[in-house]
Amino acid sequence: MSTQIGHSARRKEGRAKVTGQALYVDDVTPVGVLHGVTVRSTVPHGRITGIRFDPSIDWSEFTIVTAADIPGVNRVTLIVDDQPYLASDEIRHPEEPIVLIAHADRARAEQARRGVTIDVEPLPAVFDMNASQQVFKRYEVRKGDVDAALADPAAVVVEGEYETGAQEQLYIEPNGMLAVADAKHGVTVWGSMQCPYYIHAALAALFGLPVSKIRVVQMETGGGFGGKEEYPSIIAGHAALLAWKAGRPVKMMYGRTEDMACTTKRHPSRTRHRTAVTRDGRLLAMDIDFAIDGGAYCTLSPVVLSRGTIHAAGPYACPNVRVRGRAMATNVPPNGAFRGFGAPQSIFALERHMDRVAGAVGLAPDEFRRRNFIRTGDTLAVGQTIKEPVNMQALLDRALTLAGYREKRERFQRENQRGPLRKGIGFATFMHGAGFTGSGEVHLASLATVEGTIDGVVRVLASSTEIGQGTNTIFSQIAAETLGIECDDIEVVRPDTAEVPNSGPTVASRTCMVVGKLVESAAAGIKHALLDAGYLRAVYSRAEFLAGCRRYVESFGPLRATSQYEPPADLAWDDEKYFGDAYGTYAWAAYVAEVTVDLTTWETRVDDFVAVQEVGRVINPILATGQIEGGVAQGIGWAIYEDVVWREGRMANAQMTNYIMPSSMDLPPIRVYFEEVPYPNGPGGAKGIGELPIDGAAPAIFNAVAHATGVQPTRLPLTPERLMALMEPARV
Amino acid sequence: MSERVTTRIACTVNGRRVSFDAHPMARLLDVLRAELQLTGTKEGCGEGECGACAVILDGELVNSCLTPAIHARGASITTIEGVSADEDLHAVQESFLACGGAQCGICTPGMVLAAMELLSKTPDPTEADIRAGLSGNLCRCTGYRRIFEAVLDACKSLPAVPRP
Repeated sequence: MSTQIGHSARRKEGRAKVTGQALYVDDVTPVGVLHGVTVRSTVPHGRITGIRFDPSIDWSEFTIVTAADIPGVNRVTLIVDDQPYLASDEIRHPEEPIVLIAHADRARAEQARRGVTIDVEPLPAVFDMNASQQVFKRYEVRKGDVDAALADPAAVVVEGEYETGAQEQLYIEPNGMLAVADAKHGVTVWGSMQCPYYIHAALAALFGLPVSKIRVVQMETGGGFGGKEEYPSIIAGHAALLAWKAGRPVKMMYGRTEDMACTTKRHPSRTRHRTAVTRDGRLLAMDIDFAIDGGAYCTLSPVVLSRGTIHAAGPYACPNVRVRGRAMATNVPPNGAFRGFGAPQSIFALERHMDRVAGAVGLAPDEFRRRNFIRTGDTLAVGQTIKEPVNMQALLDRALTLAGYREKRERFQRENQRGPLRKGIGFATFMHGAGFTGSGEVHLASLATVEGTIDGVVRVLASSTEIGQGTNTIFSQIAAETLGIECDDIEVVRPDTAEVPNSGPTVASRTCMVVGKLVESAAAGIKHALLDAGYLRAVYSRAEFLAGCRRYVESFGPLRATSQYEPPADLAWDDEKYFGDAYGTYAWAAYVAEVTVDLTTWETRVDDFVAVQEVGRVINPILATGQIEGGVAQGIGWAIYEDVVWREGRMANAQMTNYIMPSSMDLPPIRVYFEEVPYPNGPGGAKGIGELPIDGAAPAIFNAVAHATGVQPTRLPLTPERLMALMEPARV
Repeated sequence: MSERVTTRIACTVNGRRVSFDAHPMARLLDVLRAELQLTGTKEGCGEGECGACAVILDGELVNSCLTPAIHARGASITTIEGVSADEDLHAVQESFLACGGAQCGICTPGMVLAAMELLSKTPDPTEADIRAGLSGNLCRCTGYRRIFEAVLDACKSLPAVPRP
């Protein structure tokens, strides 16, 4: 019997948030705190020849840190440890940190920052990934014989090239860290973050200290979206280096401009498609070349590339597929994690391209999809046979019906003949793999603990962070459901590496599905301990359960159970061959966008949006709906509003004034529907959900604009300037 | 560096008389957060775009990052800390909880105050009124739908305000 799962329990920390009592890192100011600032490079590529300090400033007032002060290894721990915390020789991008300064007065620290000059011998810089000679990572997925199929004279071959721009995560709370550090006690940081144990490992290497001397505590975190996955390790390191040298606590808060310009963004991408189809619209071959701009250091680019490569061929059955992916090095600040993690880029290209292939063989976009959707038992290009029930056609039919697609498709076409406003409707069908790619979850070997206490509270201990997506609430629901108690009986412990085990990072739509499952089994563990000890009968009330916990702890000490990730038995992945079950499961979706294009201003407006998805069992309908709505909103922003303007490798519009995210005036009704097919390996049957919604908005909108205007937009974002250039090439 | 000139500023914050010394052009945001320890008012951009620092000053919603401290002299200011008394939440806060209007929470204090100010002037708003009334407050998590619902929901529970 289910009472907690499927119920819109209220957000656990909601009351603290609506009353302003929730404490974010900048809300805490210890006595004697210093404020840290960062001196950065001013050139995209070069060699440091000297550092000069303005002689008119009394530098004895300031704490100053350079690479020479680093006690351990000057490399940020990640996949390839190539990025320094502080550059000492080569500069590879224009926002490279070089010197750190701290002072009790934030304004004076900022003033001093401007008094440092970095002398540099400039080197040639590369800003265009197509011109780059340095590859961080390549992947190739192969199925069948693509070249032979493309050469088939009976086939219709359609080619296309698609580009997506960078996107800023734009969490409303900028990045920030507070650190205390000394040789005796080690290093402690509190801050805004997604992945406490990434920072934990990074600080241990930076200081050359045992992990027992490092403590990382998450404060309330004002949004992440991937933007607080890897860069916080750098900020934590910087704050801790200053604190180590100063012997005082140091707070390092990024202002909005610094955060936008210097921290990671979504990788820009370029995708080329060559597709062979039969004249009646059956896919014969897909040849896909997918490139992303990694920026100046490797950071997470290999795994972003991996997800993008695997998602590039979409939810279609095709006998011959080749996807070649590569992450290129350029002299821009490293790009990194952003909701979707490479998949939105390759899915945008694919779904835009599928509409064009449909057109080339004279089929409606939905009929073309119908002839090619993957079905249970089919095998993806990466070698994964889909064993779960999947019905893309049912999702698409439902979405099209809810949107009134077929009627509007015809009516808009008829009515679009005159006037400055053109209406269009389009869709995208797609999937998103939940959890780490390939053997990632096996390597993480995540842990979660549930503890029964004597105070009538059951505690959940995990390093999964609450960043607005609802971790605290769904973990409470999952534990309460398993134990037959109430959400209010559960306390989700704030992630603190001194207290919680390593549950892996809070990324990849894995918190609910993977870590939630660990919470479920750990909760079952304490229940069984109580049953075995005779402190609980098979049928019990909530009060009896809590009393049982108390009696157990009084008799035997702590009542704790820890669960560790074990892969489902039927999953197989070969790292060497890059082949097999890439994900434990996928979420499946069909999204429809209705747009109006104004031929006077060239603005595109989204009038209506329907999002239908199958995400397994929905744990909390209000939270899940909020995830989808928010993800679609970011996808709409990415598609038509959010334009990172680059100048010599530097973001030229690093302000909310001129980097435009959607406001309450800009978004359509976002109508969200779930199909619920329980996933046996997820808690209560749930799959991952967080990233899925950003995959579908952009291609649906672009397909709608193509319908409205008759032109074929291929570059994202579709700003008015770009649309004008497409529609009136003679004028520009 | 010379000492900064400060002036004595007295005002009412959340119904309490307070006074502090500040440079006339200090940001009201910094005064609230640092001097008065009212950290529920958040800084998102520092340039008046995001509304995370919104407070109600003499009945008007203002971005405290753009408001000079001297503007507070003699004024009555409400921050998020002044919205509810002890255990009882304001109807808008209650609706934000019930409808999922808060996710990461960083825009929430400003958003709640913007919604309260909207409802004080337009007690029975249309969706268009709500969109316009909240347009100075950016939210990156929700796509705004849950927030619109929260505002509509709050209207139902707020006592009807007699209209002139």
